[in-house]
Amino acid sequence: MDPSSRRRASYDGAVVCAPVTVPYVRFSPQTAHWWTGAALSALGRAAGIGPNDIDGICYSSFSAHPDTVVGMVQHLGLSPRWMDHIPTGGASGVMALRRAARAVQAGDADLVACVAADTNHIDSFRQTLTQFSRFSQDATYPYGFGGPNATFALITDNFMREYGVGRESFAKLCVAQRDNALSNPHALMKKPLSVEQYMAARPISDPVHLFDCVMPCAGAEAFLVTTPERAEALGLSAARIAATIERHNAFPDDSVQTRGGWECDIDALWSDAGCCPADMDMVEAYDDYPVIVAMQLADLGFCAKADLAGFIARTDFTVAGDLPLNTNGGQLSAGQAGAAGGYQNVTEALRQILHCPLGRQVPDARRALVSGFGMVNYDRGVCTGAAVLEQEVVR
Amino acid sequence: MTEPLDKPKRKDPLKRSHVGHVPPAPRSRAAKAMAVRAGQGRFVLQVCKDCAETTYPPRDRCPKCWGELVWRDQPDGATLVAETTVRTSMDLFFRDHLPWRIGTAKLDAGPVAIVHVHGDVADGAAGGARVRLKLCLDRGGNPALFALPETETPNMQDDPQLRTFTANPKHRRVLVTDGRGPVGQAVAEGLIEAGAATVFLGNADPLMRYPGQASIEACEGIETVPLDIGDTRSVAELAGQLGGRVDILVNTAGFTREGGVGFGGKITDLQAGLDIDVTGLMRLAQAFAPAMSGRSDDGVNAAAAFVDVASVYGLTGRSGFAGMAASAAARLTLLAGLKSEMRQTGIRVMSVLTGPVDDEWHQSVLPPKVAPRQVARAVVDTLANGHDLTPVGDIAKDVLARWQADPLLTIREETE
Amino acid sequence: MSQPAGRSVLADFAAALAGGSLKCVDLTNTLSPDFPVIVLPPEFGACAPFRMEEVSRYDANGPAWYWNAISMNEHTGTHFDAPAHWVTGRDLPSNTVDAVPPADFLAPAVVINITREAAADADFVLTRDFLEGWEQANGLIPPRHWIALRTDWYKKVGTPDYLNMQEDGAHSPGPDAGAMDFLVHERDCVGLAVETVGTDAGQASHFNPPFPAHSILHGNGRYGLQCLRNLDQLPTFGAIIVACPLKIEGGSGSPLRVIAIIEEDAA
Repeated sequence: MDPSSRRRASYDGAVVCAPVTVPYVRFSPQTAHWWTGAALSALGRAAGIGPNDIDGICYSSFSAHPDTVVGMVQHLGLSPRWMDHIPTGGASGVMALRRAARAVQAGDADLVACVAADTNHIDSFRQTLTQFSRFSQDATYPYGFGGPNATFALITDNFMREYGVGRESFAKLCVAQRDNALSNPHALMKKPLSVEQYMAARPISDPVHLFDCVMPCAGAEAFLVTTPERAEALGLSAARIAATIERHNAFPDDSVQTRGGWECDIDALWSDAGCCPADMDMVEAYDDYPVIVAMQLADLGFCAKADLAGFIARTDFTVAGDLPLNTNGGQLSAGQAGAAGGYQNVTEALRQILHCPLGRQVPDARRALVSGFGMVNYDRGVCTGAAVLEQEVVR
Repeated sequence: MTEPLDKPKRKDPLKRSHVGHVPPAPRSRAAKAMAVRAGQGRFVLQVCKDCAETTYPPRDRCPKCWGELVWRDQPDGATLVAETTVRTSMDLFFRDHLPWRIGTAKLDAGPVAIVHVHGDVADGAAGGARVRLKLCLDRGGNPALFALPETETPNMQDDPQLRTFTANPKHRRVLVTDGRGPVGQAVAEGLIEAGAATVFLGNADPLMRYPGQASIEACEGIETVPLDIGDTRSVAELAGQLGGRVDILVNTAGFTREGGVGFGGKITDLQAGLDIDVTGLMRLAQAFAPAMSGRSDDGVNAAAAFVDVASVYGLTGRSGFAGMAASAAARLTLLAGLKSEMRQTGIRVMSVLTGPVDDEWHQSVLPPKVAPRQVARAVVDTLANGHDLTPVGDIAKDVLARWQADPLLTIREETE
Repeated sequence: MSQPAGRSVLADFAAALAGGSLKCVDLTNTLSPDFPVIVLPPEFGACAPFRMEEVSRYDANGPAWYWNAISMNEHTGTHFDAPAHWVTGRDLPSNTVDAVPPADFLAPAVVINITREAAADADFVLTRDFLEGWEQANGLIPPRHWIALRTDWYKKVGTPDYLNMQEDGAHSPGPDAGAMDFLVHERDCVGLAVETVGTDAGQASHFNPPFPAHSILHGNGRYGLQCLRNLDQLPTFGAIIVACPLKIEGGSGSPLRVIAIIEEDAA
């Protein structure tokens, strides 16, 4: 029997609650530990809990060096009976969600804090890059040191040619996200963006231009995973996990990345969730470079790759539109707070389906698709994941 | 087609020299192994001993079967499948050299690699352009894949990106240390033919005539200068005068005498050899390396390389020439140290290893022997390609190959 | 029995020095890496030139002091040849610099001026006939004197003409065997003091016997002084040469400071 055809257990018995965001700043003199503490503090206020209530923690950060979750629990006074450290950047939110849910389901933990926090000092981004991965050190950064801009430029260059997607498609996505960001008080980008401004932006690494790139910043995101009973006892609104997938290092023989690991597991995702793309009230997708948004829309089943340009052209991605996309503005307009950039899709989806948005509410939102993508270890993103979240109860 | 490099103007004395940086330097051990082979002009990738899978970037185990990997020469053809021009960079070196063209290449050997792209590879060539890959060393001594047009284009060597991967003598000013001997003279002439602006040719004893003097003095572009690398003051004085104008230094000085160790060797010969070969190298390094390091990225005639011509027997010892081999060994060791220091400043340290030269000190050595012109060609090739280890002549190639395969056996063979 | 104060020879000498009626002439060339050394066919061991490496100069290697490490051959720069330098003197007693009787460090000199002859012919050979003619003109050469051969050759230091090395070898003046036999056996000289790089002529390897100055001087316990300067400041008779080689155990020679003491108006 093909092991991948074996049906996954449901996530019954675990719910997701209390999405919190510590407002982002472009540069921070504080440490990752400070931002992590700020996220826990926000969780504490949102759920009325303290350190002794948390018996599980799932943690992600790029800037906590030399500490991992181990240093963090002692630093912040936790004594969990379950913990995990997830170093997968833009895929870390979805991965934390599934791991924490399984721990709660199995009874290994009752109340798991999922936290991603990163600071951003003046030189943090460059330092993070130089130590990012061995393949990057050996075989990417010495080639112009364009950072992720250059790597995604190569992916974009190929993708545009391969699928006939033009910059105007990316403009549509970026402009919609900026529109969404304008109602988010925490978004770093405060001004509207027009298609003309997008098209006229200076090139960063052809064909990537200024508004294709995120702004690195400091910030933190967190949420809780617990039992429905505990959520009720705490008086928290709750979402359930309809389905999740993850996949790493998929399609290693593709010369250039044109698809993510979603493509391997897309059928399982929708069959486990018992719904389809058309049922989604929004998509919260990883958006560090719009080419990856386009890739996800196709890989997750919203359209065929060959039809991407047309699909994007005829779809309204704003909060009020037919497929709201990155309703907080995404990383492109709200900022990329390191590993928290891989959590903000989860927290934003939760806020929308639990009806506690930072900005505009997606009307009648009950279901969200969250998609994560992370870790350009060499020439492509290695880690991918996705989750379908549904409103369970709004309290 | 590449615009030919203009002869640089004299430096504006009011301008601050441009500070040179090196590209990001940390590398895995496997990448360093690739660098060692790149320095010899090889185009290599790792191949699995078990399943023959060819892999890149450098790994420590096969990604298909987890077998062990070995380095193997590979075909250098590739197809460019994507490209970009990097216009912003946080790295100090690349910031100084933007825009910078890179691409994704599907290698004929199998793997996919991010590569530097030559300006003569046609624009928009991605999506199927054929290129030839060269495995270069960057300024920091690390391996770099560089995509060149499949066929030679005019002034190809002058491509501004490619030039940072070489120490091409064109338009550069070179100090050759020993102009009294045939090797130094041939090297000086070879460098002039290769486009060097000036060769300063050292003369350890300006009061004493030497063979070849007339033709050297008549050669346009060669200026003889007093330089006795056995004399610290002489080296320091010349560096004081020329330090800021030497872009490439080629040390051809050496001291060869026959003799054994316990039998037939002369202590005074060993001392003289050590003084010229070893202490002399350190004198040159101390006098010239700081000034060269300060000018490692200062335009067309930026300082670029320190080349040392030494005996290949420094690797092995040599019966009948024990002292010469010993001083060559010490010289190679010092050079390795200098190479490491200079990697941080963007100056290449290169080694040309020669077998017995066809000169007065190898009269009783059987052929094949290396003609001074061969050494000159090797020096020019090494500079133009940015290699860091070049054996010259059949003997040096043979000794180096055997030494790489089995060092202790080669030592035994060469000292018997 | 002590002499009354002010009447001793040394007291007179001291008074003359203090009063300026005696003066010192420096006969030494400066030791530097540039000073030429004798050139032999390269297959022989070479004469190491003077070398100097700084040990410290008021810096991290010695904050308050300056000093250098030096190296050279025993026959580098202005130097003294002991009898053991040559094969002919190898079995003589006291033939090395540490054993040479100190009395010989101080000796009078007679200056034989061959400046004109040397200027006319770099290969000028000093012969017995020439010396006998010289004695007729200047008086007998006294015993136990340095024979100082003035050529003004020191003025060529720093030019190719000093070693004057041509394709057939060096060209500089020097004595033949007849002259040396005469000076050693008939005039009992202390040694031969020259401004050229060796006591022998540049072409002396072709003489018969070869290297007569070295051969005859050292074979008979006499000394050589080479690479001197300023012999033109000495009187024909009456100068005292002070030449104290370093006390090198078993040494064949030594670089040294050579001075001459002359009477004020003597030159």
